Amino acid sequence: MNLADKKRLLREMLFARRFEERCYEAYVERKIGGFLHLYSGEEACAHGVLEASKKGHDYVITSYRDHVHAIKCGADPKKVMAELYAKETGSSKGRGGSMHIFDVEHRFMGGYALVGGPFPLAAGMAKAIKMKGGDEIVICFLGDAANNQGTFHESLNMAKLWDLPVLYVCENNLYGIGTRIDRSTAVIDQYKRVSGYNIPSAQEDGQDIEKVFKAAKKAINHVRSGKGPYFLELMTYRYRGHSMSDSNAYRSKSEERMWSNRDPIIMLRDRLIEAGELTGEDYKAMDTEVLDEIEDEVIAFAESSPEPRVDELEKYTLAENDPWVYGGGR
Amino acid sequence: MAELMYWEAIRRAHDEEMTNDPLVICMGEDIGVAGGTYKATNGLYDKYGPERVIDTPISENGYTGLGIGASFLGVRPIIEIMSVNFAWLAMDQLFNSAAKVRYMSGGQLTAPVVVRSAGGTAHQLGAQHSARMEKVFMSIAGLRVVTPSNPRQAYGLLKSAVRCNDPVYINEHELMYNMKGEVPDEEYFHPLVGSEVAREGRDVTLFGYNISVHWCLQAAETLSKQYGIEAEVIDLFALAPLDRAGIVASVRKTHRAVIAEEAEPAVGVGAEVMAIINEECFFELDAAPVRVSAVNVPIPYNHTLEKAAIPNAGDVVAAVRKMLGK
Ligand SMILES: Cc1ncc(C[n+]2csc(CCOP(=O)(O)OP(=O)(O)O)c2C)c(N)n1
Ligand SMILES: [Mg+2]
Repeated sequence: MNLADKKRLLREMLFARRFEERCYEAYVERKIGGFLHLYSGEEACAHGVLEASKKGHDYVITSYRDHVHAIKCGADPKKVMAELYAKETGSSKGRGGSMHIFDVEHRFMGGYALVGGPFPLAAGMAKAIKMKGGDEIVICFLGDAANNQGTFHESLNMAKLWDLPVLYVCENNLYGIGTRIDRSTAVIDQYKRVSGYNIPSAQEDGQDIEKVFKAAKKAINHVRSGKGPYFLELMTYRYRGHSMSDSNAYRSKSEERMWSNRDPIIMLRDRLIEAGELTGEDYKAMDTEVLDEIEDEVIAFAESSPEPRVDELEKYTLAENDPWVYGGGR
Repeated sequence: MAELMYWEAIRRAHDEEMTNDPLVICMGEDIGVAGGTYKATNGLYDKYGPERVIDTPISENGYTGLGIGASFLGVRPIIEIMSVNFAWLAMDQLFNSAAKVRYMSGGQLTAPVVVRSAGGTAHQLGAQHSARMEKVFMSIAGLRVVTPSNPRQAYGLLKSAVRCNDPVYINEHELMYNMKGEVPDEEYFHPLVGSEVAREGRDVTLFGYNISVHWCLQAAETLSKQYGIEAEVIDLFALAPLDRAGIVASVRKTHRAVIAEEAEPAVGVGAEVMAIINEECFFELDAAPVRVSAVNVPIPYNHTLEKAAIPNAGDVVAAVRKMLGK
């Protein structure tokens, strides 16, 4: 990771933070409906891992906390915001919403709302890659609490049994909604849980993007070299409530303070300043630029986009004009 | 035209589709080395190898999800779930992922998987091996549901299902795998929508699907020979979407309808067909439509009780006679 990369990543993470915080505002203004899960505080996880992957080549899948992963994969932030605004120009044409961002062109294979749902889907895409003989891999990001789903165990078993090219990234933010990990899970260190399936794994500081990047490089090399799945646990923290209806009442202020002292963006910023590669003024200018871009381009696009048409309500339910529905005859 | 058994027809469809397209695979419990519980994949493991004929762990939701994920990237999996009773465990992936992904991605992704499973009551298999679940599957938007009543349909429906871009659930029957029937020698693709007139008649329409088509045909024979009643039999091989037009056309002709189903009556195929009749041709009816359904109990082990729980051709005859006062 060279200096230019670090500066770019700083800006990308800052953009992600400001994007999410702007979503918060839009939700309060009732421009965004449904459930909204923000990624603030966890930026180094997605950015560090995906920086180590091949963009537009590797496949990525995750849960409902998905805006930032999609954007890092290459999804246009304007389309992501338009999706949150439920507009026809949204990435899923307003039919998906915050939890279901998709950008298949950039190989972002979706956000899914059932906790643990993506585990087997990721293994399946990896099976397809293996059959076709490509060197792509699948990267599946999920939370810590998702590991208590049956799909976790079923998928890890099959992924190892058939040595599928899939990297499972556990974003361990210590909570599943309001239940702290030690109250839901018998084994606290998630990376240890996969040893039962003979899958190599590691645990890393998820707040330090350089450490995440290094750990992810190693993990991705393992998977891409054909040695089968890998499990990477990243220790992180979400600043906001689980979703917008959550006030975080179950967490102590001191715990929150401890984590905000290890903010992934501030850590990288200060490192660059210390190295003399960036000034406080540079950072402020960067922030202003990001805020302007979000307001003038992203929000403006979402605001001015049209709603989906009611006469297209049923579109996308089933394939259109598929001749095999009629026995190939039409 | 050759006579094939139902399982042979399914096996032939697998074989042809796997030869035709190297991305067609099949997966499920004991389908490979062991050849499949109902032999539907017999011999394919030796022919196509373990990468394409996959013996899975007993992880219904997991391997169904894995097949769905593979289908995102162009693989065409045919997933066998040994028994419908175990398909409950795969409903999460089938309903939440496969059926919804096209819609919630705004048409960007599709899940062209086929899931086949054996349902129905058989020989004293007890409460946990006798489920009839088609009613559950047919209520899910984004999923196609078909159910073959004979080897020709079993063959042709699977062929079309593999090539269709939607997820398709194929509801087979425990008791029908050894049924014989004619299957075209040349390749044949059965439509995934519509219905078939299995017997022409004018006095009453008997609606059936899968095994209940055979009760209806048998009942129609009896009604014709013993009571001079000419029943039309409609085979609803497609349960989702149901053939609204076909249902209405036949009722407009006969003005009477009896629906035979092996499942419990609540929220079922019979209820749905009755609703369609009600909505579309109520004023053309000469009698209130009637359902012949299972009794709403967990299926008993005891043979006499089991028989009492499930309808048969005699029940269909009785329903028609009552309706016509004969
Ligand atoms: C199968 C299922 N059960 C319950 C829920 C409700 N739910 C949504 S998110 C969540 C917590 C998940 O926590 P984790 O996996 O750690 O991810 P995080 O939200 O912390 O990123 C729960 C219980 C759900 N969406 N799906
Ligand atoms: Mg969590």
